Amino acid sequence: MSALDFSTKIGSKRFNNPIFTASGCASSGQELAQFFPLTELGAIVTKSIMTKPRTGRPTPRMAETPSGMLNSIGLQGPGIDAFLEKDIPWLVENKVKVIVSIAGETVDEYGVLARRLRAVAGISAVEVNISCPNVENRGQVFACHPDSAVAVIEAVRRNIGGELPIVAKLSPDVTDIVAIASSVVNAGVDGLALINTLLGMVIDTNTMKPKLAGKTGGLSGPAIRPVAVRAIYQVHQALPNIPIIGMGGVSNGRDALELVLAGASAVSIGTASFSNPTAALFIKNELSALLTGKGFNDFRDAIGFAHRGV
Amino acid sequence: MSTQKINKSAMQMQAEVISNKKAGPYNHIVFAVGEMAANSRPGNFVAISIDGEASSLILRRAFAIYRATDKGVMGGSIELVIAPYGQGSKWLCSRNVGDFVDLVGPLGTSFGIPTTNANTMLIGGGYGSAPLFALAEVLKNRGCRVDMVLGASTASKIYAPLEGKRSVSSLTLTTDDGSAGIHGQISEAIPRLIREFGTEVIYSCGPMGMLAAVAKIADEFDISHQCAVEEAMACGIGVCMTCVVPIKDPSGVKMVRICIDGPVMDGSQIIWDKKDVLDHL
Repeated sequence: MSALDFSTKIGSKRFNNPIFTASGCASSGQELAQFFPLTELGAIVTKSIMTKPRTGRPTPRMAETPSGMLNSIGLQGPGIDAFLEKDIPWLVENKVKVIVSIAGETVDEYGVLARRLRAVAGISAVEVNISCPNVENRGQVFACHPDSAVAVIEAVRRNIGGELPIVAKLSPDVTDIVAIASSVVNAGVDGLALINTLLGMVIDTNTMKPKLAGKTGGLSGPAIRPVAVRAIYQVHQALPNIPIIGMGGVSNGRDALELVLAGASAVSIGTASFSNPTAALFIKNELSALLTGKGFNDFRDAIGFAHRGV
Repeated sequence: MSTQKINKSAMQMQAEVISNKKAGPYNHIVFAVGEMAANSRPGNFVAISIDGEASSLILRRAFAIYRATDKGVMGGSIELVIAPYGQGSKWLCSRNVGDFVDLVGPLGTSFGIPTTNANTMLIGGGYGSAPLFALAEVLKNRGCRVDMVLGASTASKIYAPLEGKRSVSSLTLTTDDGSAGIHGQISEAIPRLIREFGTEVIYSCGPMGMLAAVAKIADEFDISHQCAVEEAMACGIGVCMTCVVPIKDPSGVKMVRICIDGPVMDGSQIIWDKKDVLDHL
């Protein structure tokens, strides 16, 4: 049996392997670097960055749930200036593949962020996070409506120039995710990131009030994996040529393979890194072994395999 | 990755339980951790995963290190004092000698030690007293006076092991129900003790309400106050941004991660009143 070709492509960019971090689950990379070399991963997807520094929500920001957790961070971050000055240079110097995730409160802000990124060397793609559930107003979840999703993608496309792939991160909290996916693909995205967290709530039965200060939070972890598999499967079926970065509760190689079979060209590791700093690395190794064991010589042959007829 | 400074002493390992004993309402558990012990300082914490890969409890539990011994009979070891309160801590307290747990540590900041001998006061609430005993030893060796004040709701919840008291110049107990020591909240007893002992530096560990009360007193007396804070934490290594505490900042308020910039922090920098935080958000 020949060695596995583990590489994958998102738009024009090639990645050595399909295991990425999920935005918001690896900060800007340095925290995990103590535990394994980040160059072992296909890419680090950085925490969604906004135009200005942002304090985020008050605490408590976290509630553990069965096989999952709610988070309610509210996009805390240093803002694009500090991010480009401090975080990106470290990643680039250390030869880490970087996908920068951006988030805005308005369509214009996404445009501003895209313009700032166009001249930055060493970035492999831009993830446009239009689906963070932890915003004050559901109307700001651009991924909930095809028109607003398209407006954001067009603003990014206009401002980014060049060949940097654009990936739209979508929410599963919609009636028809295929319709949203199709509209952003028509607007020119090169890939899709599926799925963001699901909006949830925990009520503390001692205090008899919502446990999170922000009341609602995003549900992640193994509890949401079947939702991710379903979303990836549906979107890949409708749009088989669009690369999907799949994520949602992947904890081991078997879970990663499940998303790949559904149609993911890459798999991002999120909450699993909270429970295990080396999760992404061992998931990569387990996925590689599983693919080889099933007789795949090329990772790309496994993408969407569950759709194929016997 | 040479310039990376975050989590710089941390390692992940399978740590063997070498002792697990009841200590009143708490468990005192000792883990063999090899080299990790030598890098552990009073105030640091460890994060332990619960019940294996198939567990529905997916998040690690963070515990302050009670004591680290780098050259024991079993090699390096760390000791924890745990209250079997939630599902995760109950699981951990039911481990047997010879069991292994997945442990990441040492994490977070440690207590700063004065460069000259100073009169120090160590204030602990409940089993929050645990990391203070190792600190007391370091301070005593530095030539500091160490006055310890421990409070709890009731006598049985005060954690003050015999061997821990050796480094302490005085020990004052307070209980909310009057079952031991001074009757009342720990913060009520502090001002008089500060005057009596000529306290110059305060170290505290315990519930946030107690830390806030101590911070107010430290401010009134204008003495330095290092406290070990707590907040709901998911990862323990700085990637999730859940365990933040609000600190004063030129912009109004800044959220910093307890697992990276804490748990030991300057009490005068923290914004203790949640209303003040909400006003700035």
